[in-house]
Amino acid sequence: MTDSPLADLPNPSVSRRNFIKGVIAAGATVSSASYLFRTAVVSGQQSSGGVERLITLNVNGQDRPVDVMKQETLAWTLRYKLGLTGTKLGCDRAECGACTVLIDDVPHYACSILTHSVRGKKVTTIEGLAAADGTLHPVQRGVVEEQGFQCAFCMPGFVMAAVGFLKTNPNPTRQELAHGVSGNLCRCQDYDKILTALSRGAELMRGA
Amino acid sequence: MADTKLVGQNYTTPDIVAKVTGKAKYAEDFRADGMLFIKLLLSPMPHARVRRINSDAAMALPGVRGILTADDLPAPAEGRADNGAVIQASMLNERALTMEPRYKGEPILAVAAVDELTAAEAIELIQVEYEPLPFNVDPLDTLRPDRPNPRTEGNVWTRTPVPPPTPAAGAPPAAAPAGPPPTRPDIKEVKWTATDFDEYDLGKLPMGENIDPSLNWSYGDIEAGFKESELVLDETFSTAANANLPLESRSTMAYWRNGKLFLHGSTQSTAQTVPAVARWVGIDVKEVIVISEYTGGGFGSKVAGSIQMAIPALMARKISAPVMMRINQEEEHYIGRVRPAFHGRMKVGFAKNGKIKALDMYWLADNGPYEQQHDCGTGARMASLIYQPESMRFRGMSVVTNTNPTGSQSQPGGMNVVAIIEPILSKAARKLNIDHVDIHRVNCPAGKAQFGPPNAKGARAYATSAFVKEALDKGAEMFRWNDRKANSGKRNGSKVRGIGVSHSGYIAGSVGFDGLILIRPDGIVQFQSGIGNLGTHSVIDVHRVGAEMLGVPWERCEVVWGDTSRNLPWSCISGGSQTIHAMTRSAHAVATETIKRLQEIAAKTLGGTPESYKVGGEKVSSGGRSMTFAQAAQKAIELGGKYDGHEAPENVNGFTKVAIAGLAGKGLVVAARDTYPRDGATHSFVATFAEVEIDVETGAYAITDFLAVADVGTVINPRSLGGQVLGRSMLGISHAIGQKIVYDQHYGVPLAVRYYQNRPPSILDTPKNWKWVAVGLPDPETPVGARGIGEPPVGSGTAAVLNAISDALGDEIFRRAPVNADAILTSLEAGRPVLEALTAHI
Repeated sequence: MTDSPLADLPNPSVSRRNFIKGVIAAGATVSSASYLFRTAVVSGQQSSGGVERLITLNVNGQDRPVDVMKQETLAWTLRYKLGLTGTKLGCDRAECGACTVLIDDVPHYACSILTHSVRGKKVTTIEGLAAADGTLHPVQRGVVEEQGFQCAFCMPGFVMAAVGFLKTNPNPTRQELAHGVSGNLCRCQDYDKILTALSRGAELMRGA
Repeated sequence: MADTKLVGQNYTTPDIVAKVTGKAKYAEDFRADGMLFIKLLLSPMPHARVRRINSDAAMALPGVRGILTADDLPAPAEGRADNGAVIQASMLNERALTMEPRYKGEPILAVAAVDELTAAEAIELIQVEYEPLPFNVDPLDTLRPDRPNPRTEGNVWTRTPVPPPTPAAGAPPAAAPAGPPPTRPDIKEVKWTATDFDEYDLGKLPMGENIDPSLNWSYGDIEAGFKESELVLDETFSTAANANLPLESRSTMAYWRNGKLFLHGSTQSTAQTVPAVARWVGIDVKEVIVISEYTGGGFGSKVAGSIQMAIPALMARKISAPVMMRINQEEEHYIGRVRPAFHGRMKVGFAKNGKIKALDMYWLADNGPYEQQHDCGTGARMASLIYQPESMRFRGMSVVTNTNPTGSQSQPGGMNVVAIIEPILSKAARKLNIDHVDIHRVNCPAGKAQFGPPNAKGARAYATSAFVKEALDKGAEMFRWNDRKANSGKRNGSKVRGIGVSHSGYIAGSVGFDGLILIRPDGIVQFQSGIGNLGTHSVIDVHRVGAEMLGVPWERCEVVWGDTSRNLPWSCISGGSQTIHAMTRSAHAVATETIKRLQEIAAKTLGGTPESYKVGGEKVSSGGRSMTFAQAAQKAIELGGKYDGHEAPENVNGFTKVAIAGLAGKGLVVAARDTYPRDGATHSFVATFAEVEIDVETGAYAITDFLAVADVGTVINPRSLGGQVLGRSMLGISHAIGQKIVYDQHYGVPLAVRYYQNRPPSILDTPKNWKWVAVGLPDPETPVGARGIGEPPVGSGTAAVLNAISDALGDEIFRRAPVNADAILTSLEAGRPVLEALTAHI
């Protein structure tokens, strides 16, 4: 079921009740999806049909064992379990793109992907874009060179979306690139400078 | 400043690598040991009284640690507005939690638990008994004689006299103070008569009694002005409420250590947030540390943080644990501040050449439930500045409603007045057969242009400088206005093009703040920055002025920002385009003082007079004698006193004095306050040009070309300036093309509480071609010549697009903004504007 070295460990169950509570908290009420740190209070036997919680994710080239609830989104796991806070939560509802990460090189909204569904896949976040020695990815360099973005809360999502898009279209026009990142919102409305920075990144990528 | 190496040049800000690698930490990215999580219980009703709260079941839930209600809040304390004016403590103002919610979504209580899920479950277990109260979400409706007030106190903000303090028994009566008697903001009931509303059915804004004396002024003789006018237009128009919606919500984490509050928050201003938090939490400013290295946008909604910051701060104290309050985007829609909607009526008299002879302005601001916003009065003053009417009468009211709390949004009030007056100017140009750029040239401010009402002595305020004609001329040439004019309004299949021009202006800088520099024994020049890092880059940009004056390479400079425990000086609010003006003045003042100290140190060490030494190249030198900055810093420590921070200048702010003491003994420590003279009030301007292409079969339109020419004085950082000019233009465009808040009038609840319902423009909504350029003439009333720019492009971004739509399709398309495809199509079919201007939030 999993290649996790931790798969044989006792596996606290996700009860149907907890799952529904999570959905309630995430949806119709005043709340949103919650921090799921219930390992301390959730215990007991694995119920039949339960989903393993201790799984291994490949994030930024590393296998990371992590305790994941059934209903947990990838954005939650990355931010609150793995400490990768570069992935931002803007809307948590697939509206703004601030949480965009690459899954097997394809951009996805991490707020709208269940973590369990990315087992066996390669997840790349903004923290994993630069080389191990700190050399920035060409798209990151483009942003630095052109001083793109203002508050930059949307920046990780835009950069990941651009990196994913450029893998399919390495030589886009400005308009094509705009379409490629149009699933991301910038509230500073710095779209002109963002496009200039990402275009420069594309140029650097082609030169690399 | 002439022959600059740093000022006016693009550079890489020192924070960008952290931003682009995900290392930059915003408030919600922080964690503390034992941190608990808060969820809020929000009011389901637009107005109610909380009769009873039963939290027994919630508190019994395992993992729940505490509850915070309005009873746990300190009494309201005095505060300060954006413009520095004192806000008197008032029970009428907003509190972080309430037992009488006055809008749907207002926080009533907070629960803290071991995780957010448990806190959310606890909220569900709390039983609240509400007594529904009358509500109203439409400002005009509140003025009808038989319609409910939004608050028990009434429906309109005004000012009432403050009763004199009761003298102590036996004390002689106090002498009457000089000047007008003091007043305080108050809410009163205003009901207009049924006769007042007669014009409502004609689509015209009724103009009943307005009771706020501060929103009732005039100058010149408007009756004579109308008589002399060739053309008089009387137009009613409305602009929409618009949520700020920063991508980073106002999440806050707080904990207490050694009696001090450590608060990780999202704020536009760092230093200025300290007194605000102290006031909301009810503690001394010395007990507050604000950490905000990165802020994910604010646009006026987080000028000095947010009142809700008090919730985790007080909860953390109550339950003795760190507390995180994550605000999700729906909650942010409720509590995150909204630009007030306006309903305005302008009667404008034009001379034959298009000059405005008389402006009779009446407008109502939808103020939301709490503090009176300045939009209403500021917008009127901006009308008098931007369009320079020969005579003007202004009447207005800030009307209370049970809608989301309002707050500043880029160009508050100014945006609305530009969006309302510009289409009238455009219509007049068509009727008088005047070129649209020419009618702007005739009416724009120049030089020390006057604005607002006369004071008690009959004198009017005036701008420090205005170069709007220059901006219009430059823009008309770059935009090829005359060439485009020839094609405007011509049909090509189902497509028709139109061009529009607008100009705009706004307040662009304050004075009197402090600069603080440390030159360390390793020779590094360290600039202490109390400015917020909200994305404008001014937190860093202003210190380029200091580096330039000291002649030190930028690579040998460091900027410290974002944490008030790190000895930051008193700085202006980063809002209302204050910073570039205010803080380049402070940067200039402190660099001037630093040069003086370096000269003194060199003279003391090497002999000669201080004046004989020159500062540059990281050295202080005179002839063959010279010492490095590193040596001077070491010498400063030996000299002590005013050289190493053991003595502070008398005139700097107390906040700065604490910072100086914190740096004492670490090198050459220099602080200075901006005391430069200034003749006039600082304002910036912009001239904006737009071309639209409209498909008359679908109503859809695109902005094909766009140009903004900014009159901002000296340019400090061109790329940041460009980001502001086009970014704020785009906010204005959003007001033209579709972003707005919609309310269900019957139930008093907002229908747009998520991005997809209240959609901000995406990268595909931008103009196909857009450019910006600066006029480049320095402001004569500030040493660096620079003014702020975050505000003016908004209104003219809206108005240039609106004017281009009218240019293509005529005057009978819209009476309110935004103008979406549906409004265009239905109005074209009906032959008149289908959406009227008087109903709120449709």
